[in-house]
Amino acid sequence: MPGPTDRVDRNAACGPGREAVFVARGLTKVYRMGEVEVHALRGVDLEIYASEFVVLLGPSGSGKSTLLNILGGLDTPTSGSARWHDHELATASEAELTRYRREHVGFVFQFYNLIPSLTARENVALVTEMAANPMRPEEALELVGLGDRLDHFPSQLSGGEQQRVAIARAIAKRPDVLLCDEPTGALDYATGKVVLAAIVRINRELGTTAVVITHNAPIARIADRVMRMADGRIAEVTVNARKASPEEIAW
Amino acid sequence: MSMLTRKLVRDLWLVKGQVVTIALVVASGIAAFTASLATYESLKRMQASYYETARFAHVFAAVRRAPNAIAPRLLEIPGVAEAETTIAFDVLLDLPGVLEPMIGRMIALPDHGLPAMNRLTLMAGRWVDAPESNQALVTETFAKKRGLRPGSTLTALLNGKRETIEVVGIVLSPEYIFAAAHAGGDDSNFGVFWIGRKRLAAAFNMEGAFNRVALRLGGVATAGASERAVIDAVDRLLEPYGSIGAHGRAEQPSHQAVTQEIGEQRVFGIVLPTVFLGVAVFLLNVVLTRQIGTQRSQIAALKALGCPDRRIGLHYLQFVVVIVALGSALGVAAGAWLGHLLTGLYAQFFHFPSLDFEMPLWIPLAGAAASLAAAVGGALNAVLRVVRLPPAEAMRPASPPTFRPTVAERLGLGHLYSPAVRMIVRDMERRPARALATISGIAGAVAILIAGTWWNEAIDYLLEVEFRMRERQDVSVVLAEPASTAAVYDLARLPGVIRAEVDRSARVRFVNGQRTHRGDITGLPADSSLRLLLDDRLAEVPLPPHGLVFNRTLAERLGVAPGDTVRVEFLQGKRLARDVPLVALAADLMGLRAFMDRDALNRLLGEGDALSGARLQLDGAQREAFLKRIKETPRVAFAIEIGPMIRYFRETSARNILIFTTVLSILAGTIAVGVVYNNARIALAERAWELASLRVLGFTRGEVSGLLLGELAIEVAIALPLGWIAGYALSAFIVGLIEPETFRIPLVVGPRTYAYASLIVLAAGAASALVVRRKIDQLDLVGEAIGRRRGRPAAKASISPRMCSAMGVP
Repeated sequence: MPGPTDRVDRNAACGPGREAVFVARGLTKVYRMGEVEVHALRGVDLEIYASEFVVLLGPSGSGKSTLLNILGGLDTPTSGSARWHDHELATASEAELTRYRREHVGFVFQFYNLIPSLTARENVALVTEMAANPMRPEEALELVGLGDRLDHFPSQLSGGEQQRVAIARAIAKRPDVLLCDEPTGALDYATGKVVLAAIVRINRELGTTAVVITHNAPIARIADRVMRMADGRIAEVTVNARKASPEEIAW
Repeated sequence: MSMLTRKLVRDLWLVKGQVVTIALVVASGIAAFTASLATYESLKRMQASYYETARFAHVFAAVRRAPNAIAPRLLEIPGVAEAETTIAFDVLLDLPGVLEPMIGRMIALPDHGLPAMNRLTLMAGRWVDAPESNQALVTETFAKKRGLRPGSTLTALLNGKRETIEVVGIVLSPEYIFAAAHAGGDDSNFGVFWIGRKRLAAAFNMEGAFNRVALRLGGVATAGASERAVIDAVDRLLEPYGSIGAHGRAEQPSHQAVTQEIGEQRVFGIVLPTVFLGVAVFLLNVVLTRQIGTQRSQIAALKALGCPDRRIGLHYLQFVVVIVALGSALGVAAGAWLGHLLTGLYAQFFHFPSLDFEMPLWIPLAGAAASLAAAVGGALNAVLRVVRLPPAEAMRPASPPTFRPTVAERLGLGHLYSPAVRMIVRDMERRPARALATISGIAGAVAILIAGTWWNEAIDYLLEVEFRMRERQDVSVVLAEPASTAAVYDLARLPGVIRAEVDRSARVRFVNGQRTHRGDITGLPADSSLRLLLDDRLAEVPLPPHGLVFNRTLAERLGVAPGDTVRVEFLQGKRLARDVPLVALAADLMGLRAFMDRDALNRLLGEGDALSGARLQLDGAQREAFLKRIKETPRVAFAIEIGPMIRYFRETSARNILIFTTVLSILAGTIAVGVVYNNARIALAERAWELASLRVLGFTRGEVSGLLLGELAIEVAIALPLGWIAGYALSAFIVGLIEPETFRIPLVVGPRTYAYASLIVLAAGAASALVVRRKIDQLDLVGEAIGRRRGRPAAKASISPRMCSAMGVP
């Protein structure tokens, strides 16, 4: 159901009848940085639906990463509720959150976070070994176009290739949600597009719900919905009537 | 305080756990070094000053009976400054309430005054004031062990006559600092008494005669070569009087034992600290390299700001200096305490008139200087690398680590292990030097523990082999004079005697070219079953009908092997000299031993069937009756019960070893903690990002800890067997440094020692691992995994604004 902050939205992709994967209500997050209190989130309400592609847009310090980390079970809110299906993430224990990440969430970060001592295939295998119904590592790497770089170590791969290994690693366990924090942030323009294409393809072909953080406004055109964040709140939600393909956009 | 000093203090505080553990390793090394060397120096000084004030003799001689008239001729020997003669006899003692036979060595006091040499120190009571009475002085050790006080009385069998001796004074003697050395290790059954010369002479028919000589050498004659000449001259002079040969201090049992023990202190003082320092240097090197690695950008900034290279280099070397200084202070304090403890321990066996532990200043200075030099040397490499770095390059993060498949994978065995194991193995292969150093450090701790604790097993083995397998008698009896074999029937008739075997012992000098040794040949009966000759593998060496059997120590001393001929000069009876073949070797561990068939020995001596002692096997139930009777048997000079001797030896050595082992375990434990903790902390700091990433992927804390600690577990697993080998080698090395003359310490390192050393190291490792595990649990997932750049470990401290402003940067 539409939430109070969804002022402009509603479209076919996320209309009534579609199941909400995430439901957040009144999320706040306050960090103590020494003697200063930082209000990273000041009351966020949202729904994210199954198979939806959502882009979180906003300047640095607007709370995008904090929100993504809470949705991914890396962090817990100071107050409010964040539900994944019928699981409350806000009050889950450390062990429950670990299991949640392990079974349902795929993460992609700006700096790839690959294990340098493992090859591409092994980095993916690291995750498939503990998943219930994974794809083969080779299959996952094929999906991101790295079928020929299976046995390369991270130090032998370019930045874009490393990021695509990270994506393969994130999706190989067939997660319910794919959370990407500035996946193109460290990449050049052309490589960034290849990486975005990989994320779009996963979302389209596997139906994985994707939430992508970026501060690059043009990238938002590839999403179903765009949530614009400012000062710890969702300031605006827009629905793209037509999703652009990564090839079409430029930044 | 300069800003760099402030940075130093804060940096040190950030890695305080590592600073403390490394300082403790340094402290352990310095403690072992200072304690051992200061104990060595203190004992050596106590020995030297005691010898000087008590005018300890340089040369000792014993004869059967020499007239007093020849005593002045001793002074005519060139190099002899002083000569003193006396009378001494070993007798059986009887104390009310004490069953075991005890030996008393009765030594005559001069007719007037006190001995001029080997002076006594009166600890309680008074001197003897009636030289013809039964008044006596007694050694403090025996007095304490047997509860004797001035006024106590006891019975002594003087030349077959029971006499009541009255103790009037308790004394110390430089000849009996370690009285046990004269009594086969057990000083509770061996008392030394000083009694009026007239009284003793009368009892043993020694009026106008002497049987002991003490000489002090003067001027240049103290040098070894002149001592040799004096000994030869004394031997020539005394030969007609039944001399069994003069000898220098080196063969004086108490001196020999004390000197050997003091020497061992020095061995430990040098060997062990070397291992500790080696480990400390390695740790400092690793920690500093890591510390500098995290501060590349800061160093670059300092350089960009115009800070001279020398100042930066010095800043990081100060890091080392602080740790070493901390370790040295702790180490010297612990070393002083430990040295006190050790010296006090020795004081229970070595009876010096005063016990003053002193730590000469050079010892802690040398220890600290060696540690500092080693530590700076170890850290220099890391510091120089940074100093040489151009600022612009230092600004960039270090290049990402490069990995490649491991050897096993290249061999096609990669599928055998999981990605997790692969991560661990590749990580170790990428830094082989560090993995090797960690392994060496842990192996070093195991080795130190083994080298420090195997003695227990060695002594058990020694006692078992020497006293259960070789010497199987319950009681050894020595006769005052050689007697006919008929005497054996008297001994065999004593109550409780199951079996009696008679020995013939002869005092001889062995000569092989320049090498000589004065000792005894033990003549065993051909069918001996209470005294067996065994080789290294404990197989019986049959007693040859002719010829000699030496133990290894004696054969080595004389430089002979089976098949060689040894010149045997008898120092008793007809004083014949014979060439006798060495037929076989036995592996007796204690002393320098020579054996022969008893009849063959008697033939060589040119004497009939004679015996000088016996080995008796007893019926335990009749022990009491036997011991009562033996004390009254006139011809028996003394009897030694083996059982109580072993018990005593075991008790005293067990207590010493326990103290020694405890101290070493603590020291080696600090090494293990130092190595494991520091490595885990460094690995954690370097791989926090990687580990946090895995946690994000859904790895549990346990799994992530497994990855980090798995490397350590593998290293410990490799280090343990290496440590066992190194420990065995180190033990062998230490044994090699110890003179085997009193006893050859069997290099028996059993499973008990290996298990103990491994357990201590595992426990220390597990404790450090737990601490690190807690750090992993506190890993900041968001901060580590997402917030940092790849390939750059999280730096906790960076240049503060205040520091910049202090350097004139806006």
